[in-house]
Amino acid sequence: MNKYDIVIIGGGVTGTAIARELSRYRLKIALLEKEAELAFGVSKSNSGIIHPGTQNHPQSLKGKLCVEGNALMREVAAELGVDFKEVGELIVGFDNEDAARLNGLKKQAEELGVPGLEIVGRAWLEKNEPNLSPEVVAALYAPTAGVISPYRLVYDLSENAARNGVEIFTQCAVTDIEAQGEEDGFKVHTSRGEFPVRYVVNAAGLFADDISKMAGINNFTITPRKGEEFLLDKKREYITRHLIFPLPTRKSKGVLVIQTSDGNPMIGPTAREIDDKEDLSTSDEGLKEVLSSARRMVPAINDRDIIAYFAGLRPSAGDDFIIRHEDRAPGFINVAGIQSPGLTAAPAIALMVVDILKDNGLKLKKKLFFHRHRDKTPHIFAVTPEETKKLIKKDARYGEIICRCEMVSRKEVEEAIDRGAVTLDGIKFRTRAQAGRCHGGFCTTRLMKILSDKTGQPLKYITKRGKGSEIVIGGRADD
Amino acid sequence: MIDRELVIIGGGPAGMAAAVAAHESGVKNILLLERDQYLGGILNQCIHTGFGLHYFKEVLTGPEYADRFIKKIRFLKGLDISLQSFVTRLTRDNVLTVFKPGKFLEIKARALIMATGCRERTREMVHTAGTRPSGIFSAGLAQKLINIEGLLPGKKVVVIGSGDIGLIMARRFTLEGAQVKAVIEIQKETKGLTRNVVQCLEDFDIPLYFSHKVSRIYGVNRVQGVDVEKVGGNFKALPGSRFYIDCDTILISAGLIPENELIEMAGVVMNKETNTPVSEKLNTTSIPGIFVCGNSYQVYDVVDSVTRDSERAGQQAAEYLKRL
Repeated sequence: MNKYDIVIIGGGVTGTAIARELSRYRLKIALLEKEAELAFGVSKSNSGIIHPGTQNHPQSLKGKLCVEGNALMREVAAELGVDFKEVGELIVGFDNEDAARLNGLKKQAEELGVPGLEIVGRAWLEKNEPNLSPEVVAALYAPTAGVISPYRLVYDLSENAARNGVEIFTQCAVTDIEAQGEEDGFKVHTSRGEFPVRYVVNAAGLFADDISKMAGINNFTITPRKGEEFLLDKKREYITRHLIFPLPTRKSKGVLVIQTSDGNPMIGPTAREIDDKEDLSTSDEGLKEVLSSARRMVPAINDRDIIAYFAGLRPSAGDDFIIRHEDRAPGFINVAGIQSPGLTAAPAIALMVVDILKDNGLKLKKKLFFHRHRDKTPHIFAVTPEETKKLIKKDARYGEIICRCEMVSRKEVEEAIDRGAVTLDGIKFRTRAQAGRCHGGFCTTRLMKILSDKTGQPLKYITKRGKGSEIVIGGRADD
Repeated sequence: MIDRELVIIGGGPAGMAAAVAAHESGVKNILLLERDQYLGGILNQCIHTGFGLHYFKEVLTGPEYADRFIKKIRFLKGLDISLQSFVTRLTRDNVLTVFKPGKFLEIKARALIMATGCRERTREMVHTAGTRPSGIFSAGLAQKLINIEGLLPGKKVVVIGSGDIGLIMARRFTLEGAQVKAVIEIQKETKGLTRNVVQCLEDFDIPLYFSHKVSRIYGVNRVQGVDVEKVGGNFKALPGSRFYIDCDTILISAGLIPENELIEMAGVVMNKETNTPVSEKLNTTSIPGIFVCGNSYQVYDVVDSVTRDSERAGQQAAEYLKRL
């Protein structure tokens, strides 16, 4: 096997943003992901918020990269055809003491360079955010906050990176990293063979500490911090017009009322440190906590509107991101502890990693042709009736609705599979099919058949999210 | 824009009965929209018997019951049937947006009958803590997988809720060689029909637990088991009552929700508790000319009642059109 210049471990938003940034240069790059598809780790439970930078300490890496990333994300989203909605955020205060803290936050954020901040009072709130609790006395308004679909961003970044030559390997778990001596790089051992390489970028999320240890660097630990989130029916799309935040505590941003780029409002997350990196269970207490905190800010939220819930794990490595070259393992770069605002910061993290690689001897030569743009993938739920008409005229399959709750057509499902979806979750993350109020009651069999027809796998091999998660395990009547 | 006297949304038992009744009452410009590739709705996957006892005084299977109506409406003059037709939008003045393969239509209806049936309550709606592995199905989806696709979802089954579909499916899984470990009902009694409790559970020695709930689901990729707890007043778990059941499949049969998102979109006044229209007279809504029938109007125990209810809606729509 020819030697790679760079192996990126981890196919979440951090890994794919780095891959795409590096694909501008004449390099041989591999991106390795242990799951069946990209974005199946930390990124899949991301809230999708593009933060303005109001929540981070001015001296932190998080704060700096968040503000930079917020600006860069608009460009990246436009180039890749991902919807980015700048909805703005309100951090709300309930009394005079809170109001004083809002002023402090504003000062701190301004120091970081967050633009357009304003303290707004009752009159403004009543006009612009009518469903907010009347007990909110003031809020810090940050207009540059936005929302994006975290998984679509990952898929679009990876697709664009692949178009520019990055080789992507899924179901490829790293088992060992063998140093080959100064200047000679590493041999990365995986479940899919060996990858000889000069530089390794570790963006392995929850498992970044384990990967780092394989390279002989044992200087941080990842502690999973669980967040439970609850998704509301799309019917409630306009329950708020902004992202609503409480005042942050030292540990977390608190429970938020979130808009998502697909229209379903979301409430959460909780924040609880746990031991198990695979524990994605939700709890009755989590639901209670989230509902009562969210309702304190927006009383109109009703638990009957909850159509889905899930838990995600933040890969916490202390207070700040860890992004550095490890001098004791020359050529090994850790990009770890990328929890919030990691999604926002991703494009800035990618640039920072490129600089680190350059500082450590990587020769960067720009490609003659870098495919900067990616054609936007149309989604019926997101376009006007006029555009819908045109799409159906162009391709009849846009007229065949497969997921009735979220309005997903056969064409979108087939396109998702053409673009690499191999599981039902992969289709869900790309198209939203099964993500609505009936939870796949209507479309699951339809999706299974399309996936089976297109990939040639028999129905009984269709999985939710990779091996071991087959949908039917009782066999076929004619077996 | 296409103009129609009467548009009926849904080609299940409700929509078909409404169509026949409206036609018999003199409406001769009817369009019936069905989203699936065939008429009959959910009856097609109900291959067990027990349908038609009241209406036809006969014992029929679901597909047989549906077939009686399909034969009736297929060749009615003045009734057009459009399959694979998906209504995505309804405005206050009765304009429908319809998707079909290759087509995007806008249809204006002078009167409208909604016969859109129900969806099933999901695991999320019964607030069950734990993981989200594969192997969790609504009872109706499991029914479709077995009866339509010929796929057995799993071998060791726990049913949450004792709705009729769950009871029927407990028997179906047993007949297919799976082991149904328990049916867990949080209430003190079942909402299911007594005949289903007897014929589907008792005859097969399947335990039914009242005042119990599944408090946690285990399994990372596939369901591995559930915790079950006895509940007291307020459905709070009683300390010390917890036990574990090893299973690979969970069915949810915890009730049905009338599908009325389209009329809600049009601005019909809704009862938020039941997700049905507030109506002064049976089958009517707050918007004149929009009628609702069958399970989307009220969840019925048996299809025979759906047929009767829908016939009434068809007649009412016809009267409304005459008065116009």
